[in-house]
Amino acid sequence: MSGELGKSILRKEDPALLSGRGRYADDLPVPVGTLQAHVIRSPHAHAEILRIDADAALKHDGVWGVITGEDIQKLSDPFLAVVKTPIQQWALAVERVRYVGEPVALVVAESRYIAEDAAELVTVDYAPLEAVIDPVAACDSSAPLLHPAAKTNEISVRDFRYGDPESAFARADRRVALTVEFPRQSFTPIECYVVVAQHNPAEKSFDVLANFQGPFSMHPVMARALRVAGPKLRLRIPPDSGGSFGIKLSVFPYVVLMALAAKITGRPVKWVEDRIEHLVAASSGPNRVTEIEAAVTKDGRILALKLDQLEDYGAFLRAPMPGPLYRMHGAVTGAYDIEHVAVRNRVVLTNKMPASLIRGFGGPQLYLAIERLMQRIAVELDLDPLDVIRRNLVPARKFPYRTAAGALYDSGDYAKAVEVAVGSGRLDDLKHRRAAARAAGRKYGIGFAAVVEPAMSNMGYLSTLMTPAARDRAGPKNGAVSMATVNVDPLGAVTVTADVTVQGQSHETVLAQIVAETLGLDPDDVEVVLELDTAKDQWSIAAGTYSSRFASGTAVAAHMAAVQMRDKIRAIAAKQLNVLPDDVELAAGKVRSRSNPDNALPVSRVAATSNWAPGLLPDGMTPALSETGVWTPPELEAPAHDDRINTSLTYGFIFDLCGVEIDPLTYQVRVDRYVSMHDAGRIMNPMIATGQIRGAFAQGVAAALYEEFTYNEEGAFLSGTFADYLVPTVSEIPALEILHYESPSPLTPLGAKGLAEGNCMSTPVCIANAIADALGSADVPLPATPRRIHAMMQSMSK
Amino acid sequence: MKPRPFDYVRPDTVEQAVALLADYGDEARILAGGQSLLPMLNLRLLDVGVLIDISRIAELDSIGEHAGGIEIGAAVTQNKLMAWPALAQKLPLAAAALPFVGHFQTRNKGTVCGSIAHADPSSELALTLAVLGGEVVLRSRRGTRVLAAGEFQEDMLTTARAPDELIVAVRFPLLAGQGVAFREVARRHGDFAIVAVAAVVEQDGTLRLGVGGMAGKPMVRRIEGDGASAVHEWAEALEGFEDLHASPALRRDLFRNLAPLVIEEAQKCAA
Repeated sequence: MSGELGKSILRKEDPALLSGRGRYADDLPVPVGTLQAHVIRSPHAHAEILRIDADAALKHDGVWGVITGEDIQKLSDPFLAVVKTPIQQWALAVERVRYVGEPVALVVAESRYIAEDAAELVTVDYAPLEAVIDPVAACDSSAPLLHPAAKTNEISVRDFRYGDPESAFARADRRVALTVEFPRQSFTPIECYVVVAQHNPAEKSFDVLANFQGPFSMHPVMARALRVAGPKLRLRIPPDSGGSFGIKLSVFPYVVLMALAAKITGRPVKWVEDRIEHLVAASSGPNRVTEIEAAVTKDGRILALKLDQLEDYGAFLRAPMPGPLYRMHGAVTGAYDIEHVAVRNRVVLTNKMPASLIRGFGGPQLYLAIERLMQRIAVELDLDPLDVIRRNLVPARKFPYRTAAGALYDSGDYAKAVEVAVGSGRLDDLKHRRAAARAAGRKYGIGFAAVVEPAMSNMGYLSTLMTPAARDRAGPKNGAVSMATVNVDPLGAVTVTADVTVQGQSHETVLAQIVAETLGLDPDDVEVVLELDTAKDQWSIAAGTYSSRFASGTAVAAHMAAVQMRDKIRAIAAKQLNVLPDDVELAAGKVRSRSNPDNALPVSRVAATSNWAPGLLPDGMTPALSETGVWTPPELEAPAHDDRINTSLTYGFIFDLCGVEIDPLTYQVRVDRYVSMHDAGRIMNPMIATGQIRGAFAQGVAAALYEEFTYNEEGAFLSGTFADYLVPTVSEIPALEILHYESPSPLTPLGAKGLAEGNCMSTPVCIANAIADALGSADVPLPATPRRIHAMMQSMSK
Repeated sequence: MKPRPFDYVRPDTVEQAVALLADYGDEARILAGGQSLLPMLNLRLLDVGVLIDISRIAELDSIGEHAGGIEIGAAVTQNKLMAWPALAQKLPLAAAALPFVGHFQTRNKGTVCGSIAHADPSSELALTLAVLGGEVVLRSRRGTRVLAAGEFQEDMLTTARAPDELIVAVRFPLLAGQGVAFREVARRHGDFAIVAVAAVVEQDGTLRLGVGGMAGKPMVRRIEGDGASAVHEWAEALEGFEDLHASPALRRDLFRNLAPLVIEEAQKCAA
């Protein structure tokens, strides 16, 4: 081991990215004759499409086609969905539009300018229908139906019961209840969607370049929609991507749309989503209304928890939704040791853009409910909020800990991590600041949040939404496969490929560290190639970059591949060095005898042997120096008959504390001090870990104070530009103090856990708790904008 | 987000620009920095036959003294004015307001006159010009006319400029030895203000207070005394308007909260 893992080495990605040499989808060359597409979108939240007249547009010079839902219906099948309903969804609206921005027609022309000019010549006649925006109202039997065939907007309801929650509520000293609403927001990547599609009529196949992020469980969904076998849809992911944060899963309907456009026009078709399209229709996190109630003893110990989670997915439930509602299911009790739990999960459709994957993926919604409840328990029982947290944390002695709903928390010492975080005078300092501010008549509050951060999802977690009987019929789903390959070329150079999509997470650097450490190399000597091609590269349905799967998944597979390669090189070299394999080590680019380091060979010599003289290899060894590591952890079991499910492989811990002050002049929330403690197991590259945490924190602050997709009651979209959808900049993000406590995971060979999403989960509620403390308010609507803070202060002063 | 087809001309002199405007009339739009115009074109919110680009007309790219004021040509960018060595001494209110105008990158392209021509009700530069009692110089084939700031900006995005007129310059009066102050509230650094407040203490000690974001254009009043009750009444009278980021009530309270501070700062500055 050369000790490369755990070092803050500089990123391999940076020389290219910082000098403008990134290779993004829109920069790559396109085939000769490629046409450009423009999407015509619905101006209505809900309407029947009466007629589409494209005659004038088709006569416009340079226009090759105007494609409508009718064409799509003839050439493709509806997208497969997770929840079985009679709802059909296609790449373009068919007969009806259900949200502002829904794709209605596609103009394909020689340039985007011409396509947009021609789009103005397409007449679409609509008959507007009443829209429903509020998720609670949408559940009412009198609400307008988005999909009449489904006979309801509330398309999935499931009740779960673990332990004996009814008895626990009956014997509790007190009940504390709260209703919270998590708003709609997105994390807008700098680069929007890009698709370049080709159709080969001779082979009846499609070849598509798209900045799709995975999971590749969506590849069969796209292939089925296109009515081809998987290999006939070759999907290529570019080497670089300008951010994703979950959003680039939802490029998939456009992959199908552009593939069909290529088939219809007979020419390659390129589409680059612009910012207006992105804001109105790309994707969003789901908004959720949670009614939460705890049965508590008078000293604040929680005996049982009850949650009713109503999640609003917009106009369609697209695969793999309702992921956010179930991804956290095993961890529904958060960081707390609670034996009895009742959960009702409900999915509702409204006239908004379809919601999907977004960084945090169900965590922000869940923790807003749990951690606000913890603060309310303290207020209502007149206890110290930190004491309420401490009293309920999963104790260190119980690890590995099986939660009520079935998650297996792999490692941790939550109480210790909390003590370290509040120690060294940090909490005392916040209390001092609060006392000083309040003495001066200012409004200052302290907030806490304790969060368990899951990583690497169980591919079977979504089947929890089926009844056990339905699961039995469908067959078990479980596990999560990760794959990585290490190749050594004839001169001894090392290359790594892996089943991830690049979005800026520094995977190249960390994969190089992992492989270099095992092969005794410098990370600079390891090439990492991560553009992904479904026709030639290793992938499974779990492939892609999402749900923090890298550290707990692909990193492990890369380590396995490197170990396999090391052992193979040792075996080859042992024969040539005339020593036993156990006496061979790889160090400083050489293969040598441990007991006599002068007895050494360059790695290139061993590599050459396997290429030029396979006859010299040890008996029975396969000659190629290509090793693939495949990893699926046995702990990711299928949901049990009693609905217990280990939703993820590793579970990190975060404890945040912060102080905020309400600006008395501007009603802005100013974060005065913010401390975030992380236990993500072993840290593979501290600099990169810090970058991930800072990024998630910025997005957590955005969710708490700035970003919101706003619709009015009629369904009009009000946040269609960056003047109204406010992404905070570096000027708005407060300083962050990061602490680490390392409890290596016993379930991954490297001991590492995912850490990319934690502050998206902890920061919104930590700030909300501080605002609640500052204003003495039970209800803290997010984002806590000056407008909302002002309204709260006005109503409280009345 | 691609504009409709348009023609583009780039005259080298004001005379050519004015001649082009006379020929094309309201089919033409003047392009200076393009920071508001180009997004509107890309969003297809505007129909433009021809864009007349004045950004490289040398005679418009100057800052100079003119009859007791500072005249800023129509091609002068916001960053050029910010970097003008005499700014803090000659135009302290503009020096205080300019850092709030967009971002460094947008100020490299955005022009001083362009901000005033666009006439956003929250514009920092339009507010500055209004509080100082500045002027807008308009040129057409018919001649030159000079309008006071209050006459020029009529309402939200609406000005008294005739279709054949080119704004060639704005004039900020000089303020020797007087106190100024500027503050604004925006959601983020560089955003248009929700409410912006500027104050000037005149030589005789009277105070002129201006507010942006409360009406269709910057509003200016003379304020007596410490101004507390005057500000309170004025806030009620102005009402404020509703958008995604602020209710009228929030706008009124922001104005009430900011104005006393701005007045105090201007008076301290004058003392």
